[in-house]
Amino acid sequence: MILQFFVPATQSMGESLQEWYMIVASFAIFLGSVNLLYVHTHRIRFKGRNWKYSPVTIIGFAAMIITGLVFGIEQGKPFDYMFTQMMVPMGATMFSLLAFFVASAAFRAFRASNWRATLLLISAFVVMLGRVPIGAMIWGRIPLISEWIMQVPNLAGQRAVMIGAAMGMVATSLRMIFGIERSYLGGAD
Amino acid sequence: MRKMLFVLPLLVFAGVLFAQSGGVTSEENSGSFVQSLTAEDARNDAGGGIDLTWTVAADAALPDSMVLERSCDGEDWAPVCTLAPIDGRKTDGELENGLEYSYRIVPWSGGTAGEPSVLAAAVPIKQWINSGRVGMLIILTIISLVIFYYIEQGKRGKDLYIRRIAGLTAVEDAVGRATEMGRPVLYIPGIMDMDDIQTIASMVILGRVAMKTAEYGSPLLVPTCRSVVMSVAQEIVKESYLQVGRPDAYQRESINYITDDQFGYAAGVDGIMVRQKPAAIFMLGTFYAESLILAETGRSVGAIQIAGTAMPSQIPFFIAACDYTLIGEELFAASAYLSKEPKLLGSLRGQDAAKLFFMVVIVIGVLTATLGEAWAPAAKVAEFLKTITSVE
Repeated sequence: MILQFFVPATQSMGESLQEWYMIVASFAIFLGSVNLLYVHTHRIRFKGRNWKYSPVTIIGFAAMIITGLVFGIEQGKPFDYMFTQMMVPMGATMFSLLAFFVASAAFRAFRASNWRATLLLISAFVVMLGRVPIGAMIWGRIPLISEWIMQVPNLAGQRAVMIGAAMGMVATSLRMIFGIERSYLGGAD
Repeated sequence: MRKMLFVLPLLVFAGVLFAQSGGVTSEENSGSFVQSLTAEDARNDAGGGIDLTWTVAADAALPDSMVLERSCDGEDWAPVCTLAPIDGRKTDGELENGLEYSYRIVPWSGGTAGEPSVLAAAVPIKQWINSGRVGMLIILTIISLVIFYYIEQGKRGKDLYIRRIAGLTAVEDAVGRATEMGRPVLYIPGIMDMDDIQTIASMVILGRVAMKTAEYGSPLLVPTCRSVVMSVAQEIVKESYLQVGRPDAYQRESINYITDDQFGYAAGVDGIMVRQKPAAIFMLGTFYAESLILAETGRSVGAIQIAGTAMPSQIPFFIAACDYTLIGEELFAASAYLSKEPKLLGSLRGQDAAKLFFMVVIVIGVLTATLGEAWAPAAKVAEFLKTITSVE
């Protein structure tokens, strides 16, 4: 995979390896499904903690598989209906919770407990003000200051994190490629 | 040091096989609407591609369209595609390597073909080195050499100072707290598959955390978002329990698959947090929008939370909601830090040295680019640094 990044002639080899990974991962979906059914049937059988939720999981799992296999997954079929009318809204509901969590996290993060937190509070206030029309109405330079904070100190910090992470990725990859670290394979170091 | 020999073939590739071309032909025809046509082998590809560039007469009457035609023998012409009657470029793909292909462009007006352009020919060939990535290859080689040098130093027993990472020092305290409270430890390995380096790093840390939970006798829960991750996690945890001498405490069903769906997984893990009330939560791996949903729910149940990711957009959320956060590189340093093995610590030192190298390059780049506004040699140095650190 590293070779194909630098040697275009070996691209087909890299693509084949990726396809092999996809094939292996596809088979692993069966493992996941079996595990899901095992865990929940086990919980129902032995009346484990909160076992009453498990039948709901199994019924939902079976309903999606059966409708998909029997009626197909095209638009307008029961599978598609359940996906667009149940799965998608439930996912959107979870995502929308993020707004409330951002508010509670921001409340904690922006408490001016020391000078660094105060600096963060002021920066966040300016950035937020610069992103709404009232900011420019108060003072025309607020959107410019907001953009500067995002593009200079914020971007510099993000790039520092990315460069550090890239170094970590290279070091981790080398440790694994050369067998210096093997614990991720389930064996000893 | 013998392991470093792998870099030699890479350098040979970079040095010897740099310039390759399938030939370029370019001519002008003042009688045709298409003034010039150029064909050349597509750069940095695996073969089978020819880049075509053409210009049209600016003052001539516009034809309705133009047809690009291709021939292998110069006699039988096959249409490739229809073109707009303006200057342009196109890559013709899926060609046979080593065969010469000729091209011409025929303008069409009112259903009648006009005078074709001049012919342009090229031979598609495989490239053995991507010229746009040679700089990256050299940098990667230097970084690898530096890391291997420090691994060797570590193996020889040289004392390597590694700064204290609070989040990793707290791992033992977090597991101990869970044991004292009689509650489980929850380990979330992110939402990506095993082809993601952060997930691999997370699996390595999971092994260390599992050793602690086995030692202290705390239940360990590992809900996963991918089936392959579940299988790997089961093996790692089992091995850790065996190493500590507690195979009886290993519970396979506590490492389970939930769903591949991002928010379905977030909902499932939130449910586990609310129902089982873990005393310690580890969130290490790749996270996206679900990071704050998980971290805030974990906080609401009163768990001590240790998070780590290399996703720059999610780090602020973890910092705001978790007790300890491993920022970027610290996630990859965790396994070496926790194991305290000299050769792994050596790789950490090498990682830091490579980072120092980049810091020096950045400072030189900033200075030369600034000086380059007034002094041409500095601008050349800045341009050189920009070229070797860019990737096409």
